[in-house]
Amino acid sequence: MTKKTHRLTAAALLALMFAMIIVLEQIIKPTDAAAMLLTVLKKSSVYALVAVSMNLLNGFTGLFSLGQAGFMLLGAYTYAIFTIPLADREFVYQYYDCVVHFSFPEALGSIMGGFGALLGVALAVILAGLVAAAAAWLIGLPVLRLKSDYLAIATLGFAEIIRAVFQWGKLGPVTNAANPLKNYVRLNFFRLSIGDTTINLSAFASVMMATLCIGAIVLLVNSSYGRAFKAIREDEIAAEAMGLNLYRLKQLAFCISSFFAGIGGAMLAMFANTVQANNFKAAMTYEILLIVVLGGIGSISGSCISALLFIFSSEWWLRGLDSGRFLGIAAPSVFRNGFRLVVFSLIIMAVVLFFRRGIMGDKELPYAAGRLWGRLRAFLAKADRKAGEPNG
Amino acid sequence: MMKKALALLLTGLLLATLAACGGSSAGSGGDRGGGGGSAAGNDVVRIGVFEPQSGDNGAGGKQEILGMQYANFETPTVVIGGKTYNVFLDIADNQSSNDKAPSAAQTLVSNGCSIVLGSYGSGVSIAASSTFGDAGIPVVGVTCTNPAVTQGNSHYFRICFLDPFQGPVLAHFAKEEYSAKKAYCLAKQGDDYSVGLCNYFMDAFGRDNCVYETFPDGTSDYSSYVANAKTAGADVFFSPVSTEAAALIIDQAATQGLTIPLLAGDTWDSNVILNAAEGKHVNICVTTFYQEGGNPTFDNGIKQWINGNSQAKANNGGDDKIAAVSAMGYDAYYVALEALKKAGSTDPAKVLEVLPGVTYNGVSGAIAFDNIGDAVRDVAYVKWCNPDTAEWEFIAQQGI
Amino acid sequence: MGLFQIILPYLLAGVSVGGQYALMAIGYSMVYGILRLINFAHGDVFMVSGLIMVYMAQALPLYLSIPAVILLTVLLGFAVERAAYKPLRSAPRMSVMVSAIAVSYLLQNLALYITGGLNKNYPAIPWVSDSITVLGATTKRVTIITPFLMLALVAGLVVLIRHTKIGMAMRTVAKDFETSQLMGIKLDRVISFTFAIGSFLAATGSMLYFSNYPGVIPTAGGMPGLKAFVAAVFGGIGSIPGAVLGGLIIGVCESIIKGMDTVLVHLGLIRSPLELATFSDAFTFVLLIIILVFKPTGLFGEKTTDKV
Repeated sequence: MTKKTHRLTAAALLALMFAMIIVLEQIIKPTDAAAMLLTVLKKSSVYALVAVSMNLLNGFTGLFSLGQAGFMLLGAYTYAIFTIPLADREFVYQYYDCVVHFSFPEALGSIMGGFGALLGVALAVILAGLVAAAAAWLIGLPVLRLKSDYLAIATLGFAEIIRAVFQWGKLGPVTNAANPLKNYVRLNFFRLSIGDTTINLSAFASVMMATLCIGAIVLLVNSSYGRAFKAIREDEIAAEAMGLNLYRLKQLAFCISSFFAGIGGAMLAMFANTVQANNFKAAMTYEILLIVVLGGIGSISGSCISALLFIFSSEWWLRGLDSGRFLGIAAPSVFRNGFRLVVFSLIIMAVVLFFRRGIMGDKELPYAAGRLWGRLRAFLAKADRKAGEPNG
Repeated sequence: MMKKALALLLTGLLLATLAACGGSSAGSGGDRGGGGGSAAGNDVVRIGVFEPQSGDNGAGGKQEILGMQYANFETPTVVIGGKTYNVFLDIADNQSSNDKAPSAAQTLVSNGCSIVLGSYGSGVSIAASSTFGDAGIPVVGVTCTNPAVTQGNSHYFRICFLDPFQGPVLAHFAKEEYSAKKAYCLAKQGDDYSVGLCNYFMDAFGRDNCVYETFPDGTSDYSSYVANAKTAGADVFFSPVSTEAAALIIDQAATQGLTIPLLAGDTWDSNVILNAAEGKHVNICVTTFYQEGGNPTFDNGIKQWINGNSQAKANNGGDDKIAAVSAMGYDAYYVALEALKKAGSTDPAKVLEVLPGVTYNGVSGAIAFDNIGDAVRDVAYVKWCNPDTAEWEFIAQQGI
Repeated sequence: MGLFQIILPYLLAGVSVGGQYALMAIGYSMVYGILRLINFAHGDVFMVSGLIMVYMAQALPLYLSIPAVILLTVLLGFAVERAAYKPLRSAPRMSVMVSAIAVSYLLQNLALYITGGLNKNYPAIPWVSDSITVLGATTKRVTIITPFLMLALVAGLVVLIRHTKIGMAMRTVAKDFETSQLMGIKLDRVISFTFAIGSFLAATGSMLYFSNYPGVIPTAGGMPGLKAFVAAVFGGIGSIPGAVLGGLIIGVCESIIKGMDTVLVHLGLIRSPLELATFSDAFTFVLLIIILVFKPTGLFGEKTTDKV
């Protein structure tokens, strides 16, 4: 196949997938059992993006950073603060006098109507990414000179510091201190009303945003910058000898990764109903790191697949383990609260120990699928010959 | 380039379809058919229970569920529109965490609950509120006392009093009973319940006479906070935090010989506090919804049930002392039954329609909703913990 | 009240919690020194040790449960190393670190499952948990015992490392992993021994810590663990006096920050509180970043050079 046909099939399949999501969203009512599908789909799109952004740093550039939760926090807060309707601010900031009196969707919505509101949301999301990237630039100044584990622990430390700063009472007029932010624009904002019928687009919007961002990361990885990042991963000293400016490239990778983590944070805010600094703990970073490792360090499609598997099983498929009944086996004394997480961590442990390269290693899906297809064809051909033998 | 993107999306698509199939089969083959009652052949109506069973408020949440389970044991069926239904309590654990709450709520929504009860702790109720709201399912809050729970929505109701009532009650009590001039207030960072209650307390007590501090999530060292209260020269120590933190605070207060009274709200009305205070020199007073002994039939019934059920007894902390939240859970269950009867249907939308007009005379008093969805209540009970006997002693019935 | 009288309770609490961090920090420091691994599960071993004590004390008298807890914790540390780190000896460092995170995740979730997610009350150890008055400040006896017990244990450990055969082997392995193997040192035995010592100290630390703050929850090991690791980095990884000093500095700073507002208001230096207590945990990381930027090897760390 030529490159052109590849692209055409890709575009067609993309369109098909989005069409399918849109259709599913119209069919499934919130009270259906299958509504969980849409919920986990939205959540996994957020985690897929964040995992890919972490992979860009840890997998492609070889910088071991554990600051992801901090950058997500920055993104989530920026997004929430700039989309809370002005009328609701007094209610949200119940113990403080809110000093930010600006909401992107409202400001643009009043000029351009529905489209303006949409544009406002998009701007708030981009601003969320920019704030995270700017913070990453500042943090990068001191920490990017550190090596491996020290870099990891320093970025983890910065994430904790960011969390404390956002919870500080004196910043209450901006961040609402440690209290939750709510009433900002959530995913249910994405719907079209034509007459009496409403077309629900929230899962579509979430997956679309993640797809666009991951697509951008894929383009970056395959550009000359991507090759430079990989050179740093393979051998810093050799890369430097080749004339690469190590520090600037590391700073670039760090900022870009944080930019997308910030957008991921904004998407997480949209998905959840409230934003609260306390939820962005080191444990969140660990979860994302586990996703990256399960998917394969250095594989974008791996991160996406494992994000889907991770969220689907932790939020949905294994839920029965907590509520007394799983795969039709009822054993309330064993399948009680917390068992799901035990099984889940055992699975993770097994993957880490026995499938060290994760689901995809550092390969991408088309390659793996191609190999599988090749084997399958060879196998079929062999079977065909065998079947033909007695007759011939 | 595009190939990779395509591959990703395809995988997502495949998984989604797979999941949809898996989901629907799990839904039908799962626990949907399981009923709580004994009468066979009846249809099942699901009442969702949205409560913490783990985390900070796990102990309190379990006690609240006990009340509902006892009520369910007492009245396992309900007649809706001329047809008898078995009531099934569908319990989801919100883990006392604001970020886990929405997915627990989603489980209840997609399990097809007609009405939901909960939660203990205001933060999780607020965090999950819109998940229920989007699906149009009515929720009856049992002991979430922060005003923001019912504000600005039409689906959240509650049967308990509010912090703007409870805070001033405690402030007046501190001033009248202990002639307190200065109060030390300690809340958990970002916790809607304790932060809110402290703020209403301080408004009534006078902010200039209060020292207000917060501790972060996961704190186990309260020695500095107790030392702070001493240094500040406070006359009362107000700390309406979760029982987990409370046990540690009481321990520290006893260690450092803090003689001033410890005041708190409804969460502290629990045997966790009694056990923590037993044999120590501490002076603890709380406001609460229900005084044990207020309704002997209920008291004896639930005690008998708890003593006959080892799991229930473990969930109650190993003894048969009745927490006020259990009484509230009990009442909430009957309020839900009233609403279902009145609606004549298990359709959440119908239940939501009639809920504002539901009234019920419960063990914790008469219950009716005002136009915001809050219970009309103007009395709180004040209790004192006797550290020698580890029992609550009734002190006063107090309004504002 | 004089300034000293006001600050004393915070200092006492700080030194005590600092001593407990120090005991954990040594475990981090020794393991990192040998395996170059941040043993994220160490904090959770500390927590599990607390839980074992809770359940042991229900079944056995204290004089039996205390040694049993120490023994079981040592076994746990040993088992974690054998199960999760040994198979990954030749794997990239990131894999081992991820394995450590996975173990920590597993231990926390197991604890969540077993306790049902509820706070468990740590048994009061008589005499140790009693209240005493020191120079006008009332506190638990364990507060006073901790620094002395910690110093005694550290002295013992230093003797062990300097003057025994296994101690020499540990030093050799820490110096050069590959060469020490060539010298005929049984690597696995040395590593297991290191983990056993680390867990023993964590078990002791956990008894002191939970006697002071008697609530055990599944995440109880997380923050103390991170702080202890920072203490080890602060003092210089691989250095035992460094870990002790780091632990004490972090413990005292944390405690003073919590009381800073009240003390400053009391002294009339500020009028309204600055709510600095929010930063009691974060300040640990500020210290970490300062030391990493200005002296990456820590206070007592040896300088290492990268080889091409």
